[in-house]
Amino acid sequence: MRLELREVSRSFPGVAALERLSLTVEAGRIGCLLGPSGSGKSTTLRCIAGFERPDAGEVLAGGERLSGAGTWVPPERRRIGMVFQDFALFPHLDARANVAFGLRDLDRAARQRRARELLELVGLGAEAGRFPHELSGGQQQRVALARALAPRPRLVLLDEPFSNLDADVRTELAHSVRAALLAEGATALLVTHDQREAFAIADEIGVMRAGRLEQWDVPWKLYHSPKTRFVADFVGEGTFIPGTVVGPGRVSTELGVIEGQLTRDQVAGTLVDLLLRPDDVIHDDASELQAEVVERAFRGAQFRYTLRLPSGATALSFVPSHHDHAIGERIGIRLDAQHLVGFPRA
Amino acid sequence: MKPLTPRAGPALVATAVALPMLAVLAAIVHGASDADPALWAHLTEFVLARVVANTAILVVGVVALAVALGTSLAWLTAACDFPGRGFFAWALYLPMAMPAYVLAFVAVATLDYAGAVPTALRAWLGADFAVPPIRSTAGVIAVIGFASYPYVYLMARGAFLTHGARVLEAAQSLGYGPWAGLVRVAIPLARPWLAGGAALVAMETLADFGAVSVFNYDTFTTAIYKAWYGLFSVETALALALLLLGFVAIALTAEQLARGRGRHTAADAGRRAPVRLALPGARGWIAFAFAGTVFAVGFLLPGVALVRWALEIAPIDLDARYLSYILRTLSLAGMAAFACLALAIALGYANRLSSGVVPPVAARVATLGYAVPGTVLAVGVVTVLGIVDSAFRSLTGGDGLWLQGTVLALLLGYVARFLAVAYGPVQGGFARIRPALEDAARSLGLEPREILARLHLPLLGAGVGTALLLVFVDVMKEMPITLMTRPFGWDTLAVRVFEMTAEGEWQRAALPALAIVVAGLLPVTLLTWRMERAARAA
Repeated sequence: MRLELREVSRSFPGVAALERLSLTVEAGRIGCLLGPSGSGKSTTLRCIAGFERPDAGEVLAGGERLSGAGTWVPPERRRIGMVFQDFALFPHLDARANVAFGLRDLDRAARQRRARELLELVGLGAEAGRFPHELSGGQQQRVALARALAPRPRLVLLDEPFSNLDADVRTELAHSVRAALLAEGATALLVTHDQREAFAIADEIGVMRAGRLEQWDVPWKLYHSPKTRFVADFVGEGTFIPGTVVGPGRVSTELGVIEGQLTRDQVAGTLVDLLLRPDDVIHDDASELQAEVVERAFRGAQFRYTLRLPSGATALSFVPSHHDHAIGERIGIRLDAQHLVGFPRA
Repeated sequence: MKPLTPRAGPALVATAVALPMLAVLAAIVHGASDADPALWAHLTEFVLARVVANTAILVVGVVALAVALGTSLAWLTAACDFPGRGFFAWALYLPMAMPAYVLAFVAVATLDYAGAVPTALRAWLGADFAVPPIRSTAGVIAVIGFASYPYVYLMARGAFLTHGARVLEAAQSLGYGPWAGLVRVAIPLARPWLAGGAALVAMETLADFGAVSVFNYDTFTTAIYKAWYGLFSVETALALALLLLGFVAIALTAEQLARGRGRHTAADAGRRAPVRLALPGARGWIAFAFAGTVFAVGFLLPGVALVRWALEIAPIDLDARYLSYILRTLSLAGMAAFACLALAIALGYANRLSSGVVPPVAARVATLGYAVPGTVLAVGVVTVLGIVDSAFRSLTGGDGLWLQGTVLALLLGYVARFLAVAYGPVQGGFARIRPALEDAARSLGLEPREILARLHLPLLGAGVGTALLLVFVDVMKEMPITLMTRPFGWDTLAVRVFEMTAEGEWQRAALPALAIVVAGLLPVTLLTWRMERAARAA
């Protein structure tokens, strides 16, 4: 069901954790709050779940007001499922009983059926009788998801669901979590500081900073059309080089005049810092433009080179890893940018 | 049903649990301040000086002896190696199972002029040989000291094991030898623990009724009992009870001061076996002899004496009455254990649910009983119930006692005294349940009371068992509350011990005493086993 937050604020002694936060996740969609630690993501989640009480603003699910304007629905009446960072499985119950824990209005047979159905959905049909300590981290995580989904909640919240897992199982698990959420037709909101997780799972992502939502968008737009410098910095890699807008879709820089689509309305003559993504900077031996390699990071299929431009500004570039260049070497580059993101220079 | 609001519910529950204790304390303060001035004058002139001096000397002597024994034995078994160390590390806890009043009558029976030991010594060394009299201040201090040193031993050993070896190594790296390390580092570090152990010993000594009765050594507790039964003066008893509470408050304050600024912090325990200081040759055997003597005097010899007497007397004394003593004891202990457990869980859950001010304060008040002597509680309980009864009579126009002299009065006394004993493990169990589990249960739609039933109770598990066992055994051993508030005919094993020792019938006291000691071995073994396992894991 549709989730809506209207100007939700929550402050803790001395600090404002959330400031007038508004967002909407449409029914059946998977949203994500992305941000560094302390940006208020988890507080937002806990306000939605009802573990925290907002100081102001409203929380609505499926049109029903859960908090705000004198209304307060306690967490146990909200029908909002939650997957906790440390999974919070009940240690005295096996996987099946954990999943069946919240199924209270069904008879015994129906409870068992629903629990089995969900364990199979998350691929743990064979582990139903195991206790939490007998399961791997990834398995515990999937039991926690099955448990949250079992009572058919209006909304599922996932709080840093992969942060306690090994890096190599995260992405795979993220895809299976997405599949399970879609199979149940659930509306979900997840919180993470890891953009790869966010990209792997979410339909829409909100970037948070210091209790405010900086941008709420589909992942592609966050990357290619960030609205603030913070979003540009936090999502993906990149650097800024100085430039001047010289016409519609034309920015003059030390690397020449770059043509593309300006994502912001900027008149000619505006001084900007232009965002360069590593995939905008292409290694081309034939190019006259030269840059010096100052750092290199081997990533298997690619190198990520940090380059010093003639003016001293830096740029990043992904280069296929058969182009092995030493630090100090000068290599040819050209620009291939379609989206020109320039922030007014202060 | 509309659930209580999250704020009011826990505060109400916690206050309700604390109410009996509050009422008892209020009754004592109120009753004592109502006392006749002439009575106070009489008290100060004839009773108080002796009772105060006796009590003070006893407490200071016992605490000194218990700290000396407990600390040195803890150091020997935790940080040194000598023949029999492994056995003594565990066996030195066993005197905990021996109530001071049992040790007292065994000591008097065997060491008094006509006792077995002096008689044998005279036969050996000549009729003029004079054994120091056991019925003396030194004697009663020795007996209670030997019965209560395990409290210090337990605390000190815990401290030495958690950061003994590690800190000593640090001290050695700075140029201190092991013995200088003990004095300069280990003991100062263990100070909060030692102070805690000493405070427990002081509380036990202030509360002791049975042992000082055997010795006819007048302290506050016996004075309260005599005022109650001998003079039938409730006011005197209440006044003495209030003064005794003052002593308790002094002891508690002294503990806070003695702790220094240190706190019981769990040291980050290294995952390796501690390196012990080997005591070679004669020094090892001296340590062996010391530990062996304490174990023999505190547990082995009195235990042997009890078994011998019990075997001799059993064919004559063991009859249907004993079945009644045992059944009464077990049913009282069982009821008290479950009542304490239920209240401890209510109090623990109220504190868990609420972040308000009321529940923690209520918990402090409700668990004050560990520091309030049984004689004081008995006087307070009877006073409170007397007030309730008279209110009842004036309401209904009837007569008689509704609550005084019923099992309920007895249970109220037990709960006031032993709620703290149950609250400790229950509270510990709650602390180990992560708050995220509650959030998870709530997000799955469970109301707070369902969470208690489906999440907390199953997870408390071991804490519940420990709480039940500890209260059960404490009630079995309990003497003054049972003596002073029991309904007619409700004689327990401890009451039987008191009555037999009051008549000097040592042998006949041995049978119920042995039963109490055997029951007392259960929690001691369980707790030492857990503690040693935790120490090994650390």
